[in-house]
Amino acid sequence: MTNEALQGIISSWFPNPDADKVSEITENSDVEDGSEEQPEAQKSINHSLLEFIEEGSQFLNVLVQPEQFYALMSQLKTNEETCFDYLFCLSGVDWGEDLGVVYHLESTIHRHIIVVKVKTEDRENPNLDSVCDIWYTAEFHEREVFDFFGIKFNNHPNLKRLFLTEDWVGFPLRKDYVDEINMVIK
Amino acid sequence: MEQRTTIDKSFKSEPYQINMGPQHPATHGVLNLLLTIDGEIIQKVEPDLGYIHRSIEKMCERDSYQQIVHLTDRMDYLSSNINNEAVCLVVENALELEVPERVKVIRTIIGELTRISSHCLWWGIMGMDVGALTTFFYGFRDRELINDIFEETCGARLTMNYNVPGGLMLDIHPNFIKRVKKFIAHFKTKIPEYDKLLTENIIFQKRTKGIGILTKEDAISFGASGPVARASGYSCDVRKYHPYSALDKVTFNEALRTEGDTFARYKVRIQELWESLSIVEQLIDNIPEGEHRVKTNAVIKLPKGEYYQKVETARGELGVYVISTGTKSPYRLKFRSPGFSNLSLLSHIAKGGKIGDLVAIMATIDLVIPDIDR
Repeated sequence: MTNEALQGIISSWFPNPDADKVSEITENSDVEDGSEEQPEAQKSINHSLLEFIEEGSQFLNVLVQPEQFYALMSQLKTNEETCFDYLFCLSGVDWGEDLGVVYHLESTIHRHIIVVKVKTEDRENPNLDSVCDIWYTAEFHEREVFDFFGIKFNNHPNLKRLFLTEDWVGFPLRKDYVDEINMVIK
Repeated sequence: MEQRTTIDKSFKSEPYQINMGPQHPATHGVLNLLLTIDGEIIQKVEPDLGYIHRSIEKMCERDSYQQIVHLTDRMDYLSSNINNEAVCLVVENALELEVPERVKVIRTIIGELTRISSHCLWWGIMGMDVGALTTFFYGFRDRELINDIFEETCGARLTMNYNVPGGLMLDIHPNFIKRVKKFIAHFKTKIPEYDKLLTENIIFQKRTKGIGILTKEDAISFGASGPVARASGYSCDVRKYHPYSALDKVTFNEALRTEGDTFARYKVRIQELWESLSIVEQLIDNIPEGEHRVKTNAVIKLPKGEYYQKVETARGELGVYVISTGTKSPYRLKFRSPGFSNLSLLSHIAKGGKIGDLVAIMATIDLVIPDIDR
């Protein structure tokens, strides 16, 4: 299925009262500092439910709000037209101000790929929904993200550190993590 | 005193926990499994990871792309050439750099030889884990020949670093083609020997058939890849679906079985030995002439954006996910390692089996711990 067709199907699941707000953005603003000089048009879209980004990546990207996240993911898996049954990569990312998770999904039937991104601004107590019950593989991957980024996943059956010891202080893959003894900064 | 009387009254079995590893030989490295068992029946397997966690992903955020290639050797050390290739491909795709045909063909040959060498080692260990020590020596004998070829061309036997962004570090050694052909002829007589020695052994078959069954749906949901997934009938070969380097020029069959048990995973790898040999055979006489490397800038800066590259290592699908902001180091780099996802299904398929079965299952999942811990 082409990216346009995928985008059409996914948008149809989340009817938006202001239809013009769900539109394609041709600029990749993920890794920028979100605070400075955002164009006016983009700001209004930030509050819409879904945001599709194709530029700057070889796959179709969807940015979703945490509230709609779980509903979107379970639709992506169960809907027959999309049928994304293979979660092949789950990565935590620290975007400077926001913390978030990137999900790479592939359908083993249709062989199309989509990337779902979800972000949270809360760095003190970040909370996102777990997708363990949709894809079993998420259980270990979410524990890894919790270990390195401190993102808590709601409804995770066994959320504790995976690689580091239980008494480790801090979350090392965050950008503001400091360890003056063990980290070599060039 | 009351306690004693209850013990005397009945021998009720109750679940208790024991540690398997981190120094247990069957865990192939420093992996600690916390087993919850009732008698000898496994109820739960909980892996305790991180004994050789080196935070490679954090190190990548301060390193240049040439340096990152070196770190990937230290993940899945048995597929080091393929790991190197993954990082080189992601850099080349981002820079839209077209590498010469010669490089692509040599990369594929080296990659398939790596797969054979990894499977040879696995086969030796597999036999040893289920109690047949001889296979260990047979496997290492044949692996040694590939290591000699690598030593001559790459200068190393384990951590090659032969691929660099833009091509290969050096051209192949003059003896390379001759020695590879000699190896193919030799190894073709050895795989039937492997079958005679272990595959057809009735004790081995009893230990593996019907043990640790993984269904196709579970394999997909657990994100399994490589021989583990293909033994469950899940066609997932990255070389078929997302061909890279010279893999679109060769014909080969994807090794598939439907039983999903330990024996099926074993048979898939044996068949992959034949397929890899056939790929090398198709390419070895047709290495195009040309440069072995295209010039890149000394400081490589990837354009702003996100890049993903998947390759098929000996263990399954390795993914490299790079987020670049346009500087000389990646903003975030994630390795999706095949062993990590394959390990997560261990508890699911070992449940209800015996501890001896767990050893056989772990041997066919073919874990390399540095690949999981990273």
